[in-house]
Amino acid sequence: MNQMQNFTKGFIRENPILVLILGTCPTLATTSSSLNGMGMGIATTFVLVGSNVVVSLLSNVIPDKVRIPAFIVIIASFVTIVDLLMQAYVPGLYVKLGIFIPLIVVNCIVLGRAEAFASKNSVFSSLIDGLGMGLGFTMALGVLGAIREIIGSGAIFGYKFIKGDGILVFILAPGAFIALGYLIALINRIKRN
Amino acid sequence: MAKTESTFRNMVLSLTLISLGAATCLGFVYEFTKKPIELSNLNKKLDAIKLVVPEFTNNPNSEMFKLSTGEGDSLEIYPAKKGDVVVGYAVNTYSKKGFAGKITLMAGFKPDGTILNIKVLEQKETPGLGTKMTEPAFKDQFTDKDPAQFNLKVKKDGGSVDAITAATISSRAFCDAVQRAYRTLQKGGLK
Repeated sequence: MNQMQNFTKGFIRENPILVLILGTCPTLATTSSSLNGMGMGIATTFVLVGSNVVVSLLSNVIPDKVRIPAFIVIIASFVTIVDLLMQAYVPGLYVKLGIFIPLIVVNCIVLGRAEAFASKNSVFSSLIDGLGMGLGFTMALGVLGAIREIIGSGAIFGYKFIKGDGILVFILAPGAFIALGYLIALINRIKRN
Repeated sequence: MAKTESTFRNMVLSLTLISLGAATCLGFVYEFTKKPIELSNLNKKLDAIKLVVPEFTNNPNSEMFKLSTGEGDSLEIYPAKKGDVVVGYAVNTYSKKGFAGKITLMAGFKPDGTILNIKVLEQKETPGLGTKMTEPAFKDQFTDKDPAQFNLKVKKDGGSVDAITAATISSRAFCDAVQRAYRTLQKGGLK
């Protein structure tokens, strides 16, 4: 597999949310608007790239039996770094995403990529994999957030284009499930052709 | 390099070293971000104070004092002064009656007790319903009202406040927080 394929697989073919269905908890919770979703996606991308690189660097040093705790320590460190940086430099977004930033630690995409890819591949491929997967995640969150924002509050990127409210259920949790379900169905349809 | 064997010694050693490395990194990042975080928290507070009281020349944050609410806790009061004259009080108040947890507000009062402006600091209400408490359409009805005549309760409860449609609980919590701020000021003899 060349690096280009390695990079692009995260977008459609192995998209973490729409195809692998990993990390749905933050997906459903943070996509009430497009910007929130993308902010969450970028934070996750940073953690994913960082942990992928460090895990593949250390993969030979870490004994097999303690690899999961070792991975978690590495991932948790990166999450804490993101948490502190966001608190310092983008306090507005930090308040909106709140608890879901610390919860990136238990996001199965991050651990999943560390276990399934980074621990078996070179540093550079792991970096590309982390970047591709992270951006695929960001894209999916951005699209889902945009759909919910457009239908739910009649706005896009915070700019309202209708007066009054949209279909409120799309801002709430059930709307997240509905929108995600249709999005997955659409991707399945595209993939079949 | 060959893969490290899973012996007891190796496992303890590698985990210890990784944790040590992680802790060191975090220590550095913490030191590095400590100042900006404090600054951004302070700015957030000052911005909120500026929004709810008239122009001031002092530093309300350093003159902050606490007043007991009479419910076993206290609220932070930020006096805004122009020269030596008090032009308003910003009260950091809260309510635990929200639909989804605690809400905190910064409420500005004139020295005579009239409400100036209110800013929502923290809330986790339902998006699209309860979150409308942050919008002018709801919170501006409090502006220039004197709580002595303006009953800080939603109309359903016999008060004077127009509740947000489909978010009566959030509206009640909002009123509760403002009422708490007013009561505290009154008790402290500042009204």
